[in-house]
Amino acid sequence: MAKSKKTPKNTKVKVEDAPNSIGGKYILRLFVTGNLPNSARAIINIKAICEKYLKDAYELEIVDIYQQPLLALTDEIIAIPVLIKKFPLPEERLIGDLSDVEMVLKGLHLTNN
Amino acid sequence: MKKVIQQKVTKFILSKSPTGIQGLDDITNGGLPKNRPTLLLGNTGCGKTIMAMEFLVNGIVMFHETAAFLSFEEKTDELAMNARSLGYDLDKLVAEKKICLEHIQMSRDPVLLTGKYDIEGLFIRLELAINMVNAKRVVLDSLDTLFYSLDYETLRSEIKRLFSWLKEKKVTAIITAEVGDGFLSRHGLEEYVADCVIVLDNRVKNQIATRRLRIVKYRGSVHGINEYPFLLDERGITVFPLVSEAVQQKSTLLRVSSGIRDLDEMLGKKGFYAGSSILISGTAGTGKTSVAASFAYDVCKNKKRCLFCAFEEAPNQVVRNMSSIGFHLEPMVKSGMLTFYYSRPTLQNLELHFIAVKKLIKEIKPSVVILDPITNLMTEGPNSDIRSMLTRFVDYLKIEHITVMFTAAITVGSIERNPSDEGISSMVDTWMMVQDIEVEEERIRSMCIMKSRGMEHSNKVRRFTISKTGITLSAIVRKEKGTNTNSKRNNKENDNLSTAKLSKDNSETAR
Repeated sequence: MAKSKKTPKNTKVKVEDAPNSIGGKYILRLFVTGNLPNSARAIINIKAICEKYLKDAYELEIVDIYQQPLLALTDEIIAIPVLIKKFPLPEERLIGDLSDVEMVLKGLHLTNN
Repeated sequence: MKKVIQQKVTKFILSKSPTGIQGLDDITNGGLPKNRPTLLLGNTGCGKTIMAMEFLVNGIVMFHETAAFLSFEEKTDELAMNARSLGYDLDKLVAEKKICLEHIQMSRDPVLLTGKYDIEGLFIRLELAINMVNAKRVVLDSLDTLFYSLDYETLRSEIKRLFSWLKEKKVTAIITAEVGDGFLSRHGLEEYVADCVIVLDNRVKNQIATRRLRIVKYRGSVHGINEYPFLLDERGITVFPLVSEAVQQKSTLLRVSSGIRDLDEMLGKKGFYAGSSILISGTAGTGKTSVAASFAYDVCKNKKRCLFCAFEEAPNQVVRNMSSIGFHLEPMVKSGMLTFYYSRPTLQNLELHFIAVKKLIKEIKPSVVILDPITNLMTEGPNSDIRSMLTRFVDYLKIEHITVMFTAAITVGSIERNPSDEGISSMVDTWMMVQDIEVEEERIRSMCIMKSRGMEHSNKVRRFTISKTGITLSAIVRKEKGTNTNSKRNNKENDNLSTAKLSKDNSETAR
């Protein structure tokens, strides 16, 4: 069980174990469109957030739907960029360039409030 | 119809994409703007999806243009099922790579917005769908679903981008959206995003719902500006332009028998003109339907098709009743010579009855149409409307060279006045009146010809007898012979008629 660092609100964050996760790690998939501004920002933002709050407790996959358009179908992608939290359940979708850190943490259930 | 559409295709090949929807191509002067998006607005249940679907399927079937349907609401199997109810086999078209159906799942849960975004994902999926079948026609149904979860500011610019993207792609697109409370109209977006905006509406007036269509805007094209009623049934959509059909009636000297020999005698010995309009008016129970049935029977016997529109009695009731007077209609229905259209007048607007009848006419191509009775339809809607609709309908039948017979029920006391009031008498070529009269303390049926354009006709009032073997006409006999000049004349004519009669009928006359 991995423990995270403190959030800006000083709330504790914990990552739960689950049998079908990769060692209880967060599984995140970020859909982007090439290196358009929103996408480029989203990549930087999510990497920073993961490193800060989920260090060594996450798997992040970045999908460029320009390269792999069919994945846009399987994951029902409309808005871009979008971060999908595949694990832990429930699955959650975060739309936008992930610059609102508080909102991202809320979406990832990394806050207790 | 197909011919007409194809003519229009060549005429507007540069700018319009025909819908193949009956009537819509007429009021849009050839179809929707080609390679451009059209906005189709309307409330739930107006027929947006069906109209959009028909546009695509017609495109495939009639104009060999492949299509992509992106549905935000209905799943692809639901779409296929709905299309099947219109007689389209979408599964087959999908298998033949003529159409690409794509369901786009939009979450209705509030989504977390964490910053700037666009809807490039939709564009990519749209492009995939278009490329899959090389689609020329595209439908997005409906746009409003996007607004459940995404924010207005972003969408406003993204919708604009979508419309220009579709233009760049050179596809003819229909984008549907809700009207009124919907996003687009609420923010006035439809004003500038689309080149063509069509609004559908489902209105209830006097408890009768009528769907209507209006072209709000059509950049760079003339179009009909009225509201046009349209019909949505198992054969798809038909829009009925209110513009009067150009009257290019073909007049012939051909005659058709009324089915009643004595009546033919009265009508210059030959019967009605083919392609003319005939009115039979009379009070209740005077035998209007019998006269109409006799006409239908004779037409079918001569191997011509007849469409019998029954607004009062159900078809099987008509068949049963008429067989009691020697007109066996059932085999004619079975052989397809006689077709019944039966509908309660109150079920829908008069205009829609005409649309439905018109559709049937196109299908079965009858040489005679019977409307029994027209007065039942009169109860629906204000009179001036009815008059213009009826005139237009008669015009249409004349162009198609179809003989039409109306029956009109009138109430006692308004016999002379009533049909003229509705303006029917002026548009019919032959007007016959059946009524009960009292002769020698006995009520008998009588018939007379009020008018018959362009032919010699009898001006006698005839006794009108319905028996097991059909309808016969004879002179009205009065007892006090010689005292009344009128009866003298009647007797004279009676003699003339008798020579042309069967002996059986003679006994009827003598009685």
